[in-house]
Amino acid sequence: MKRIEAVNDFVIKFANVNGSGSASANELFAKAVMRMGVPVSPRNIFPSNIQGLPTWYEARVCEKGYHGRRGGVDMMVAMNPQTWDADMAEIEPGGYLLYDSTRPIPPDRFPDGVLVLGVPLTEIVNEAYADPRQRQLFKNIAYIGALAALLDMEDGVFEKLFAEQYRGKERLLDANMKALHLGRDYALAHLPCPLGLRMRRADRVGDQIFTDGNSAAALGLIYGGATVAAWYPITPSSSIPEAFEKYCHKFRVEASTGQHRFAIVQAEDELASIGMVVGAGWNGARAFTATSGPGVSLMTEFIGLAYFAEVPVTIIDVQRGGPSTGMPTRTQQSDLIACAYASHGDTKHVLLLPQDPHECFEHSAAALDLADRLQTPIFVMTDLDIGMNQRLCKPFVWDDARSYDRGKVMTREELEAGKDFGRYKDVDGDGIPWRTLPGTHPTKGAFFTRGTTRDPYARYSERGTDYVYNMERLLRKFRTAASLVPQPVLRKAAQPTRFGVIYFGSTSPAMHEALDVLQAEGVHLDALRLRAFPFPDSVPEFIAAHEKVFVVEQNRDAQMHSMLVNELDIDPARMVRVLHYDGTPITARFIAGAIRKNMVWHKEYA
Amino acid sequence: MTFIAKPRLHHPTLQTNKVGYTRRDYEGRISTLCAGCGHDSISAAIIQACWELDIEPHRVAKLSGIGCSSKTPDYFLGASHGFNTVHGRMPSVLTGANLANRELLYLGVSGDGDSASIGLGQFANAMRRGVRMAYIVENNGVYGLTKGQFSATADQGSKSKKGVVNNDSPVDLVGLALQLGATYVARSFSGDKEQLVPLIKGAMAHGGAAFIDVISPCVTFNNHGGSTKSYDYVRQHNDAVSRIDFITPGQEITAQYAPGELIEVSNHDGSVLRLRKLHADHDPTDRYAAMNYMHQHAAHGEVVTGLLYLDPLATDLHTALNTCAVPLASLGPDRLCPGAAALEKINAALR
Repeated sequence: MKRIEAVNDFVIKFANVNGSGSASANELFAKAVMRMGVPVSPRNIFPSNIQGLPTWYEARVCEKGYHGRRGGVDMMVAMNPQTWDADMAEIEPGGYLLYDSTRPIPPDRFPDGVLVLGVPLTEIVNEAYADPRQRQLFKNIAYIGALAALLDMEDGVFEKLFAEQYRGKERLLDANMKALHLGRDYALAHLPCPLGLRMRRADRVGDQIFTDGNSAAALGLIYGGATVAAWYPITPSSSIPEAFEKYCHKFRVEASTGQHRFAIVQAEDELASIGMVVGAGWNGARAFTATSGPGVSLMTEFIGLAYFAEVPVTIIDVQRGGPSTGMPTRTQQSDLIACAYASHGDTKHVLLLPQDPHECFEHSAAALDLADRLQTPIFVMTDLDIGMNQRLCKPFVWDDARSYDRGKVMTREELEAGKDFGRYKDVDGDGIPWRTLPGTHPTKGAFFTRGTTRDPYARYSERGTDYVYNMERLLRKFRTAASLVPQPVLRKAAQPTRFGVIYFGSTSPAMHEALDVLQAEGVHLDALRLRAFPFPDSVPEFIAAHEKVFVVEQNRDAQMHSMLVNELDIDPARMVRVLHYDGTPITARFIAGAIRKNMVWHKEYA
Repeated sequence: MTFIAKPRLHHPTLQTNKVGYTRRDYEGRISTLCAGCGHDSISAAIIQACWELDIEPHRVAKLSGIGCSSKTPDYFLGASHGFNTVHGRMPSVLTGANLANRELLYLGVSGDGDSASIGLGQFANAMRRGVRMAYIVENNGVYGLTKGQFSATADQGSKSKKGVVNNDSPVDLVGLALQLGATYVARSFSGDKEQLVPLIKGAMAHGGAAFIDVISPCVTFNNHGGSTKSYDYVRQHNDAVSRIDFITPGQEITAQYAPGELIEVSNHDGSVLRLRKLHADHDPTDRYAAMNYMHQHAAHGEVVTGLLYLDPLATDLHTALNTCAVPLASLGPDRLCPGAAALEKINAALR
């Protein structure tokens, strides 16, 4: 069996028990890789549980900077006896296994052809520490120490990371360093360090930042001026309002009074959380909620109201596996249709489709502007893969000259000057009416907001002509939205091609890698990354310019494909579905495989 | 029901209040409810209360859910912004609106179906949070717009117009409001304007969550023998705990009362509620005593009305959240956005 040998290009997976403190040790490993100038993309694979069940941390080390999940495991750090056999089966032939050898494991439980590296972690930490909790926590740090030696990682990066983390807590700093050295020293003395699988300093990280999409979205909402947040806890979105609150306490507390320039309410359910956001938006505040698919299901009545009564609303949907409770801790892009057409009657909603934490920040800030400009719900469609995993991405950017677009809000002065106010009247031809905020003027501009049909002056009406005027205007407004939302990003193939591919959101890193792989094989595809719904004209133009267009997405029913067919009247035969929906993040291997297979099937390339 | 708009002409002698408005300025559109509907009396009481309180109409935001009662905000305070939301969800929308702009006065109008059936959860949680508002439930025990089905406040054993007997226990919104922490709890009757107007004034001036359950007979579907929400039944069983005067700041107090007969409670805006006690054993400042009193009398079939409980030191959700004095909706990027330099520091910490 040929041993896997690779420098700065491998997948290492940590099999742990949740609640054991492994998460911070594993993150330490990822950060150390990054500090050596090598990109890394870790993913938490965790159960819907707090303590005692299996959890995994899969880190892809990749000097080329591909952040998509690769698939396959080159090295397994097996710390969970419950999942031992399944974990062994995942190791690639010629791979490596690091395990706690304190207790003997029968030889037949080790897979053939895997280099087995035993470290008596329990024994080592039990000798060094008396406190049971410390034994538990430092066992994790000790296996990181062993890895540091095995993978030839620089000692200095760990020291620096510990120093940053435990600034002012020298006792903890020393204890962690000790644990790291216990593991490292054992490995150096007893194991074949360094392995064929190893690290080498590079310069491929640059000024990128390492963060998760949920924190980034929360920060975007801070920068975008959200003041009211109402939410109901749901995986995988809860860390958005929690991060928002953390940032609020940092940036939004008045120094002189200690008072808050924000209001956060944990509501009794998603109906109430969206209701509060609708009320705050109606009254002129920038408000948001964060949720996931089941929450969107509960919110749909209010989403219809906000669409029809034209109230600014921002919803961050961190998608997870559906339907129903589905796979709460796994990723999917399966809420697209539920959000794009949420609520009864004819509705269409704006969706933004960020690809990474950088865009979670950008799109969340933009959503608040768009909600005010368009006076309608704006969805930011992130997912568990982007939301809850740390990812290397471009640093956040903010232009201090940027102001907030509050949209068409008629002022007291304009009303006083006698400007005509028809709440649901299209005076500018873009379908967007003017609104007034409660309390603006003593006698002018008040209106009654309702979910029932009304005439352009907001008077109750069940006349067909009034209804049609309103519905047509809403369509016109939706068309206006297409030019205001983030535009698609085109990546041209190295040479002219008849084939195209459409993708979006968290599929991006795997897609980019797949395009490189296919190009190396002589398969060329132009690629269009969608960043929003509704689709601007560049989308039908792209499809028209190619004989065949692959649509890559992470759901069973090809929801984006359906939306393209539905909105653009495109012949479905022109588009090929590439669907990944088992709850794990899509991989370049999967995408390239699906496209390759389709091409061969049709003998279109060879 | 009429479609003839009221002329906007004002009689020259029409009295103006301290902010220069006549009573007509607090009216809305013509009601489309059935002639004799209790809800129209409540609208009239709201108009009267706001006029007497010298509130500028546009400083009020009026919100409602869905149903006959929830249509009424269109029929009063025409110069106020109104929001007819979705069924049973007025409390959450009002909560959000209140968080956005703490300077306005909030009037929530709901019905028994809206608050006790479909919206019980939102009602309960708004009370718990202490959202500052006057929350009025126009309680008739039936669904009017869908033609006479029982709501959750219908009394056990009461009979529908079609002769069906209600077997389910009633939801008592007053009892719930007391238990859940509302700081101003009252029950009234749409036919008793003398009691209702000062109760609404007290609720509008209150510093926290004020709840008034107003029994408001449905003349079309629930005003027959066997109903416990009919005009006749409520008149016969109405047992008021006190007579209420609402005294605005600076108003001279002239009448004299025997000790123990009178309770005066100051509101945070300086106004005073003066309660002339009709029942010596009722103490409106003791939440648990009020709950007991109400339950004991309800057991005898009496409909206890009046101001049942009041916490004069009430605070609200804004106090709990420690929000700034200026409305959140009025803050711009200078007060909200940390800026590029702070973002650069965040970037640096993420490397």
